[in-house]
Amino acid sequence: MHPAYSVIFFTTASGAGYGLLVLAAIFAVSGLMPAAMWLGLVTTGLALGLIGGGLLSSTFHLGHPERAWRAFTQWRSSWLSREGVLAVVTFVPAGLFAIGWVFLGTTTGFFGWMGALAAVLAVATVISTSMIYASLTTIRQWNNGIVPVAYVVLGLMSGAVLLEAVTRLFGVHGSHVDVVAIALLVVGWVVKIAYWRSVDGGRSKTTLATATGLGRFGAVRLLEQPHTEENFLMQEMGYVVARKHARRLRAIAQLMLFVVPLAATIAAGFVVTELAVLLALVAVASLAVGLVTERWLFFAEAKHDSMVYYGR
Amino acid sequence: MTSLPKHPPAKRLGLAIDLDTCVGCHACATNCKEWNTGAISAPLTDVNAYQAEQRGVWFNRVYTYEVGGEGPQARTVHFPKNCLHCETPACVTVCPTGASYKRSEDGIVLVDHDKCIGCKLCSWACSYGNREYDEHVGVMKKCTLCVDKIYNQNLPEVDRVPACVAACPAKARHFGDFADPNSTVSKLTRERGGYDLAPETGYQPTSKYLPPRPGQRGADAPAAPSTPALAGAGRFLKWVDRVLTR
Repeated sequence: MHPAYSVIFFTTASGAGYGLLVLAAIFAVSGLMPAAMWLGLVTTGLALGLIGGGLLSSTFHLGHPERAWRAFTQWRSSWLSREGVLAVVTFVPAGLFAIGWVFLGTTTGFFGWMGALAAVLAVATVISTSMIYASLTTIRQWNNGIVPVAYVVLGLMSGAVLLEAVTRLFGVHGSHVDVVAIALLVVGWVVKIAYWRSVDGGRSKTTLATATGLGRFGAVRLLEQPHTEENFLMQEMGYVVARKHARRLRAIAQLMLFVVPLAATIAAGFVVTELAVLLALVAVASLAVGLVTERWLFFAEAKHDSMVYYGR
Repeated sequence: MTSLPKHPPAKRLGLAIDLDTCVGCHACATNCKEWNTGAISAPLTDVNAYQAEQRGVWFNRVYTYEVGGEGPQARTVHFPKNCLHCETPACVTVCPTGASYKRSEDGIVLVDHDKCIGCKLCSWACSYGNREYDEHVGVMKKCTLCVDKIYNQNLPEVDRVPACVAACPAKARHFGDFADPNSTVSKLTRERGGYDLAPETGYQPTSKYLPPRPGQRGADAPAAPSTPALAGAGRFLKWVDRVLTR
């Protein structure tokens, strides 16, 4: 599938934003992060900024962004619509939670409940995003139970790496942040390896033989395409660039997404504060590159069943 | 509303496409483009129409396959493909805006171009690759089963068939109601063993494909019964004899 940059940025940025929102809400509500104004402003501002920026970016790949509001109507049947509705609804408790933290200096009581509600809705939104892909039976690499797990875990993991940097910058870092970040980095790595193993082993049920129904007469081979140049279908669904370099790109993704952030996060616990902040920022930078590579591969490695008609 | 009709449509309009008689002339695709670039789906945009990297929106595409490997069993099958107007189309249910819908009266799957936001998700959900995005208009387009032609009271009744069906010189395309057991398409499907493309999708296509007939492939070509009286005849007379003996 063609990896649209707007969608890559949307899923990675909003995933990280939602992950940060969830973890910040949990820590702030349980008293593990102080209800201080600047800390609250940067944390919730970063989370909501990433979410909002991601959602805005997702409209850039639309043919008619000005009609995007219509996408809130079909939540009964469409995961894309559910995601839109949940994303907007999440802003209400998340916004109230942020107001309580930043302006009223409180993350308990009513605002605590808003934080908890925002965290639950954030996870639901990320699951909806993943289901847009996981519900498509036409793309074997997406129609996989590990996809929603990977989206949620990678979102939380990105949030944890961001939270490392924020808490270290503000000098409110505690070992609980390390525990969560390291655990999520390890789980994320395991989930991603499990995903790649799962998709590498399978084969699509749809072949040129079943798609044409001509398999009963023996082997089916494309003799002539309907057209000589690439059309929309081939450009959107016949993306083949990544498959050539898949192995190398997977190695790069693992290095930048898991190995470097993991090493930096662990090392930061053994050095002076200034160096620890620097290491936390290195982890964030590496994570960003790793996430984009991983998400690019998620699209580029996915093969659409309709391409069998073109003999691909 | 992108939820599917609660009750199965009274009529189930679709095509029965005969792979035995299709000659791969692309007339269906051409006439489809001609009608639909001036009808409710207009325009069917072409990009770089007269230069390299030409691409454009077509609702009907004719593929050609070699079936049965090489050797005497091999055959060439021309394979026209357009929307199958599925009974349970995922392209409809994934639509976030309500632009994509299946008509409750006749089962035709359509896109409301005024509501479509151009997210392309429906094309991802179609296993058959039968939806094409119009990059100039910014909306998804697809075969309408010539909904603006088959019900058009201004046309003589004989012309109220999809453009692809009207154009086919080999009568390889049949249009009708699959809910009516006595319709031509239902009868053809029964008699010829009409089948669904990729039944594993679970989308239950309405339109059916009629398989190529067995033919005489593989068997030795039947020896023309020789007529002793023609021993001295020329090649033309021998040919006439062969044709008339068939």
